Amino acid sequence: MLLPRNLKALCRLWVADRFMAELLQFVISGLTVGAVYALVALGFTLIYNATDVVNFAQGEFVMIGGMVSAFAYAAGVPLMFAAMLAIIVAIIVGLILYRFGIEPARGASSVVLIIITIGASIAMRGLAALVFDKQFHKLPAFSGEAAIRVLDASIVPQALWVLGGALVIVAALWLFLTRTLFGKAVLATAANRMAAQLVGVNTSFVMSFSFAASAAIGAIAGVLVTPITFTSYDVGTALALKGFAAAVLGGMGNPLGAVAGGLIIGLLEALGAGYVSSSYKDAIAFMVLIGVLMLMPGGLFGKAHTERV
Amino acid sequence: MSRLLSSRYAALMFVALVVIVPGLMLNSSFYLRVGALIFIFGFAALGLNLLMGYAGQVSLGHAGFIGIGAYATAVLPTHFGWNIFAAMAAGVAGAGLIAYIVGGPILRLKGHYLAVATLALGILISMVISNEVKYTGGPDGMAVPRLEVFGFRLRTAQHWYWISGGVLFLGIVAAQNLIESPTGRALRALHDSEVAAGTLGIDAARYKLIAFVVSAVYAAISGVCFALLNGHITPDSASFLRSVELVTMVVIGGMGSILGALVGAALLGLLEQLLAQFHEVETLILGLVMMAVMIFMRDGIVPTLQRLLFSRRAS
Repeated sequence: MLLPRNLKALCRLWVADRFMAELLQFVISGLTVGAVYALVALGFTLIYNATDVVNFAQGEFVMIGGMVSAFAYAAGVPLMFAAMLAIIVAIIVGLILYRFGIEPARGASSVVLIIITIGASIAMRGLAALVFDKQFHKLPAFSGEAAIRVLDASIVPQALWVLGGALVIVAALWLFLTRTLFGKAVLATAANRMAAQLVGVNTSFVMSFSFAASAAIGAIAGVLVTPITFTSYDVGTALALKGFAAAVLGGMGNPLGAVAGGLIIGLLEALGAGYVSSSYKDAIAFMVLIGVLMLMPGGLFGKAHTERV
Repeated sequence: MSRLLSSRYAALMFVALVVIVPGLMLNSSFYLRVGALIFIFGFAALGLNLLMGYAGQVSLGHAGFIGIGAYATAVLPTHFGWNIFAAMAAGVAGAGLIAYIVGGPILRLKGHYLAVATLALGILISMVISNEVKYTGGPDGMAVPRLEVFGFRLRTAQHWYWISGGVLFLGIVAAQNLIESPTGRALRALHDSEVAAGTLGIDAARYKLIAFVVSAVYAAISGVCFALLNGHITPDSASFLRSVELVTMVVIGGMGSILGALVGAALLGLLEQLLAQFHEVETLILGLVMMAVMIFMRDGIVPTLQRLLFSRRAS
């Protein structure tokens, strides 16, 4: 009598334990992917706030970060410098995009600007296939491949790099925007471009800056995640799509909403893949997205919007 | 009024010429196929233009409706023994029905929120297509049964050139009629200002839904034609990139211009064929051309050219 009951309790404990370990595993991988989406969404938001442009080329900055650092590393450049080189290349590409793609079309309707950034994204993908190649590339993990075990879940150290990196970027951006004069100029431009210009903010410089900063954020995300997911010339489209969805889910234009949106989409994907079906993992994220938008048409953290006539 | 009528018939004449003259001159099945593809995607872009250019609503998921039309034509006869004409009709009706059901709640969203919701809808449809391998063959795609009319098999590129050209012509007539009807006027009012249209007593939600359903039906008809022309379909026909391509056709050609959608489709279709020779730089040039057209002709090709012609005439 005693033994079976004990056994049953043990079994239940074991099952609960397995369940917790599994859940933890899914949550961690979801947050890791989500952190990358969050960074892409943050880049979207930064550019959108300063220029009203929805930059569909945002995912290409992640690709540039991954590809340039992977090629530089393979050519013998130390990892640290390869990463810096990748970020610099991305910033230059971002500035070129603004100067020759967005600035000449200033004042065009938002859908025209979207087509320009989609064109830019296609061109960058084509250029990357030409300059690099169409293979997958990877970087070594920054601090070894040996998995850390936490409560029966195993975490690759690189995941911590991704999460930590995302946290540092978000914190740095927040400090910059709220504590520095130039950061306040960026916020002022986002709030009202005309008014900012009238009080002496160089809005044109702020706009170029927003492209450079978004490019840098994207490239950092690319460098951080390449050891886990690998990279190739065409990873940008899917990331831009998820990043855009994340930014809108959080409420377009709200940086913290963008980060939350990214993490939520990453979590939904991982949990959906784990518990429902791996081939429908994106479907679950997108169904939740549609559902949320129906209930909250301004996104999770969006402000109520009134139209001026 | 007379100018309106003359421009309307001028557009129809122009399209008829563009269909008939190359059709008689070209005799390589390759070029006829390219022509048929341009007509087919031009048809879908025409429908999307009703939504974007007239009702002022964006959709980043319209390839989903192309996919529904195409896969209904292939799946229903192959797996369920349907008559192919019934399958074609079911595909078009199904796309319209889905647009009607989903459109109600989705079209309450505005701007980028609407873009993301339609994007999600398109991706859900394409995901079902690529995952239900049992019926759709998954990423490899599936064969489409050939169409037979009175024992005559329609299979060559030439047949489909004339059929899709004819379908396109009818689609333009229908679109023109819609635009010049009271519904069309209501849509244009919505495009200019939803609030102002509302104060005039226009039921915004209802007219947006009409435009959405009509554009979905256009997309599904184009999907049916595409499936029958190709004889084989893959989930690519419903992919996000295809949706983006449709939006690009509309915007590059000129939103709110009937000919614009066709010019956009022709430009992208021809560019794709032209660049196929330079395989290495194909995507690079395609992207740069898209950017250049939008930077230098932000209203789209047709409206910009029209304006240039008009101002020359005036001076």
